[in-house]
Formats: sequence, structure tokens, C-alpha cells
Amino acid sequence: MIKLKPFSLAVLLVGVTALIAFGAGQKLVSVQVKEGHVRSAPSFLGTVLAKLAYGDRVVLLGMQGEWAKVSLAGKIPEGWMHNSAITTKKIVLKAGAQNVEQTASSSEIALAGKGFNADVEREFKTKRKDLNYAWIDQMEKIVVTQAEMQEFIKVGELSPGGGA
Amino acid sequence: MTIHGQPGVTASLLGWGAIVVAVGVVLCFPLLFCGCKAAESIAKVGTSVGVATGTINQSQASSIVKSTQAVARTFEDITPEQEYYIGRAVGAVLAGKYNPYHRQEATMYLNVLGQTLAQASDLPETFGGYHFSILDSEEINAFAAPGGLIFISRGMLRCCKHEDAVAAVLAHEIGHVQYKHGLQAIQKSRVNEALTTIALEGGKSFGGEQLAQLTQVFENSLTDITTTLVKNGYSRAFESQADAAAVVILRRVGYSPQGLVDLLKVMDQRLTPGGPDFAKTHPAPQDRIKEIQKTIGNSTESKAPVGRQVRFVASLKDV
Repeated sequence: MIKLKPFSLAVLLVGVTALIAFGAGQKLVSVQVKEGHVRSAPSFLGTVLAKLAYGDRVVLLGMQGEWAKVSLAGKIPEGWMHNSAITTKKIVLKAGAQNVEQTASSSEIALAGKGFNADVEREFKTKRKDLNYAWIDQMEKIVVTQAEMQEFIKVGELSPGGGA
Repeated sequence: MTIHGQPGVTASLLGWGAIVVAVGVVLCFPLLFCGCKAAESIAKVGTSVGVATGTINQSQASSIVKSTQAVARTFEDITPEQEYYIGRAVGAVLAGKYNPYHRQEATMYLNVLGQTLAQASDLPETFGGYHFSILDSEEINAFAAPGGLIFISRGMLRCCKHEDAVAAVLAHEIGHVQYKHGLQAIQKSRVNEALTTIALEGGKSFGGEQLAQLTQVFENSLTDITTTLVKNGYSRAFESQADAAAVVILRRVGYSPQGLVDLLKVMDQRLTPGGPDFAKTHPAPQDRIKEIQKTIGNSTESKAPVGRQVRFVASLKDV
């Protein structure tokens, strides 16, 4: 009889979950934002259970309005992501020639880091001296927390979730 | 370009002139009715060059042609990541034209308000997120760069008598981001060119020549967007769409959509006809009010709860 160590068992479970997901015909979707948040509920008020990177793949378990129920093959608890943060396209992170040859015939891919990217931005900066990227970098550093928004809503007597 | 079919006539029945006309019609037919094929042709030319110079093999070339047939359509095929870099550059151009107005309290107020609105939009998450900043300018102006970088001038903020009006400006700009109006300002041929270059780029390592070519397309795309934002303005239809989005977003958060009408009434008094700001790039406020009132009805000026008004005054007192 084969004895499995707890670690091996965990790895096996992850694999089995992925296989079950695949076997059940469940759809895989990719994170299309810099940092994707998996929340405990289908709302921005839900606690952030996990943070995912651009290009990470998750199993789509179902939809509820604008929210997708997802899991990462057992690595995180099931949770919710807004559909604007995910795409059905597979995001190919390092597209070498071989990779493209295999997948380019499909419209279901997006080449990450390709096209208009950091290299183009760097080249563009050298051409144009009238730009102010420092201001943009500073803008992007401003982070608003969910708690700050909740306090803002409360003090302003606002009511998110109102009818459109 | 594929020519469909053959002329159903023979030389013996028609003179040479008629043959020329007939062939011309046959040749023109796909051009007239298959405009979508233009990008495909660019890809075919591009891949031929690639194969001839030995940078990609025939198999890869055919894959890329297939890929380009699939992707070379519209602005919608620009990925959120690329939209982010376009937006940063548009923002950097605007930030180069104006001076920033750095006041911690006012900037944070706009960011908390703006983020709350963005989460209620149809596009709450973008690649780099929404960020808001104030332009140190007397002009009555506001801009949205693709991906969610939003700028509002001090002149515009001074037109706002209450928070619901500030929310209305930001919600309108979020509407432009949500509908990707900025990306739609890029000439269609340029989008095709960019996507083709990107598809080719995927087939091999990225050389200096391609980088220069792509950077040129990038720069031209930015010019299309900034010219639209600063000089020509969006179409009336896009402005109307952004106003409608603003009404939806304001209601979803609990603001009165009347805030937008209140703001437009003030702008109507302050905008100078022929001025360099909203007067040039937007439909007349009175026209916008009429359009908005078709949705929200005709009501009196909105009244904000005390707490909301107190923080509005406190946060923007120096503006």
C-alpha cells in the first residue's frame, strides 16, 4: 500500500481539483488587471481573500450578475471576482516563437507585455520632452481603501446599490 | 485580396472598353464591400516581408496571418494592458500641458469620491485602476485618459456648488473610460497597423526597428486621442452616452442626477463662447440639459445632506 505524506496529498488534491474542473467542462478565465482581487462575496464590500497577478488562470464556477464565482484549483478558497477583472482569453506571458506558432491561430489569446508596453513607453519618453510621467506615477500611487469608501458613504448618507 | 468570381461575358460579345469596366467592377467589388479585409492585407504584406528577410518561418507566418485575421478588427482588441500604457501616455501629455494642483485634502477627496463612483460603473476594474488629479487651471475642463486617469481643472471644480455636482463631472469622465471613447478616437487604420505589428512581434524577438515602428504608431495614436480631447472634442453621441452613464452611476451610488444639471447650469453662465475649454469640445450645456432631462425629468436644484455639504466645502475650500 502506498503511503502519502500530507504535502504530497495536498499536491494530489490540487491536481485532482484541476482534473475535475477540466472533466466537468468548467471554463478557465484569466486575470486581466495588474492585481486581481478574489472576494468573499459578490460585492466590493466582500473581504479580499486573495490577490492574483496579471495572467493568472482561475476556474469559472458560475456567474451572479456582474460577478464571477471562481476558484484556483484548490489553492484559494472559492471567491468572487468582478467580470471586468477577468477575460476568457488566455494571456500568454512569455510569447516565444514556438508559443505563438502553437496558439496564434486562436483568437483566444492575448500577448502580455507585448505591443504598447514598458519598452515603447521608454522609447516614447526619449522622443518627447514635453511629457510629465512623474505626475502620472504619483497619481497611480494614491490608494483608496474599501474602509475609506465605506466611511465616505456613511458620512455622505449615500446608498450604493441604488437602482440605475 | 481575393477576387470573387469571373465576369460572365466573353470578349467576343463586348468591346475592350467594356471588358476594362467589367474587370474594374470585379476588382473594386471586394474593396467596396470587404473593408474588413484591409487589415488582413497589411498582415499578409508584413508577413511576406518577415519571411523574405528570414525573421520568421513560413509556418509561423501562416499562423500570424490567421491570428491577424482573427484579431485585427477594432479598438476593442486593444488589451487592457495596452490601454493602460496608452492612458499613461495621454495623461503624461496632459500633465505636460498643465501644472498639477497638489493639495492633499482636495486630491484625496476626489480620489475617494471617484473610486466610489467607479465601483458603481459598468467598468469598475481597469488594468491600473482609476486615479484622479486636479489641474491648476482657470479653464473649465476635465479629461479622461484611457484606462481611468481622470483630470479635473480648478475652474471646473469652482462650477460645483455641491458634492453631487463634483460627482457628476467625475461620473461623466468615468463614462468616457467605460465606453473606451479615448481608444475610439484612434484612427481605425492605425489600430490595424498596431495590431499587425504586435502580431508580427509575437513571432520573433523584438528588434530596434520594430520598437521604433511601434513607438511611432503609439505616438500617432496618442496624437489622435489628445487632439480629440483638447481640440476637437468627442462626437455629440459620445458626450450624450457619457452623460447617460453619469446619470446611471450617480443613481447607483445615491447621488441625485440633478447634480449634473445643476453643474451644467453654472457652466452655461461661465463658459465663454469660442473659449479654449469645454465651450470648444462639448455640446452647449443647454442642449445637454434638455437631453438629460428626457431621462431624469425636470426637478429643482438638488439638496445635499449636511454631512455631505460640510465635507465638500472643507475639502475644496482652497480650490
